[in-house]
Amino acid sequence: MEHKTLNLKLRVWRQSDSNTQGGFVTYDANNISTEMSFLEMFDVLNEKLINEGNDPIAFDHDCREGICGMCSMYINGRAHGPWAGTTTCQLHMRAFNDGETITVEPWRAQAFPVIKDLVVDRSAFDRIQQAGGYISVNTGNAQDGNSIPINKHDADLSFAAAACIGCGACVAACKNSSAMLFTSAKVSQYALLPQGGPERKTRVLNMLNQMDKEGFGSCTNTGACEAECPKEISISNIARLNREFLNAQFSL
Amino acid sequence: MQLHIFLSHNWIIRFLEIGLFAGIIAHVIQGIMLERSNRSKRKIAFDVKPGNATSKWYSRSMGLLGVLILLFLIVHLSQFWYSTKVALYAEGDAEHNMYQQMKEVFQHEWVLLVYLIGVVALGWHLKHGFWSAFQTFGINSPKYNSLIKSVGMVYTIIICLAFISMPLAFYFKWLN
Repeated sequence: MEHKTLNLKLRVWRQSDSNTQGGFVTYDANNISTEMSFLEMFDVLNEKLINEGNDPIAFDHDCREGICGMCSMYINGRAHGPWAGTTTCQLHMRAFNDGETITVEPWRAQAFPVIKDLVVDRSAFDRIQQAGGYISVNTGNAQDGNSIPINKHDADLSFAAAACIGCGACVAACKNSSAMLFTSAKVSQYALLPQGGPERKTRVLNMLNQMDKEGFGSCTNTGACEAECPKEISISNIARLNREFLNAQFSL
Repeated sequence: MQLHIFLSHNWIIRFLEIGLFAGIIAHVIQGIMLERSNRSKRKIAFDVKPGNATSKWYSRSMGLLGVLILLFLIVHLSQFWYSTKVALYAEGDAEHNMYQQMKEVFQHEWVLLVYLIGVVALGWHLKHGFWSAFQTFGINSPKYNSLIKSVGMVYTIIICLAFISMPLAFYFKWLN
């Protein structure tokens, strides 16, 4: 593949803590390889800032292989940048052109307060998960997998929902800051399997209740979450969540 | 019994009229509450917006389209519904020539324009709303999705064409 270097301008949101007002600061990022990931470009920039005695830009990252969901950057108006089905760490600099100005913002939602710069507090997702995103089983040896028949179609749908990495791109992409795609994926992965059956009704009610408490908005079916999800979770899960809710709320 | 008295006193029509008013008022109030609540969930807006890259403009603009439809409805009701009710209740079932009234009202360009804006807004509102209602009630299945979308499209086109046909017909004098 052709290798080039880019000279870019980065407009980055800087905010020292959740109580201070933030603002954009523009940095030069020169000699950036097109083979670098977006995060590696930030590493290069931070190295430079540290050497100059400045405060490096805080950003979340962990696995850097697209499965942990930490790298929450809103790049040029898009969650995780311009590529579909991609986390920020898997976004490569060949997606950009020489001389381009790139605006990088944190996820913005009342439920995701900024901790510092591009780092936001996503523990609201943890609390939604803790409200019902589990199954209760007795400890001991796991029973033989083949003793619970599951049809392939449902197993595949459940697996696709379980691919959610809880990154929060759905909330950032949504004009209402709704967490419905996340919650629907976490409810669906159990609703589709027999193991999820016993706690089915309490799960959906408790998780939705927690979602509302955390201050996320409601779903108006624009579909922006599905378009931005790095794991391409389908909004058909949101319909399933709505079915689960109706079933739990209006049954005796 | 004369037709206008039959129609204006028929309990089925009265029942539907009250139902429609209750429905639209509830929809407007709930829509405003929903929009206000959703807007409060992000106090600092993103500096760069994705535009139409991630969603359709009309799906994001239900509030704006709703306001346009409401303004149209206010004009429409004050022109026709109000005068009908005056004739019915204040003037004791007086004869009321709606046809003549439509003929006169729809001669004005601004009225035609208001109706066009109202119907176009209604079209986009329904295009998103019809499908969206099914999704909200949990009906999203590969088996029926294309059927829901096409029925929604046909319904939207029929409603809009039927609504705009009357002002157009009177304005361009297709009827005498």
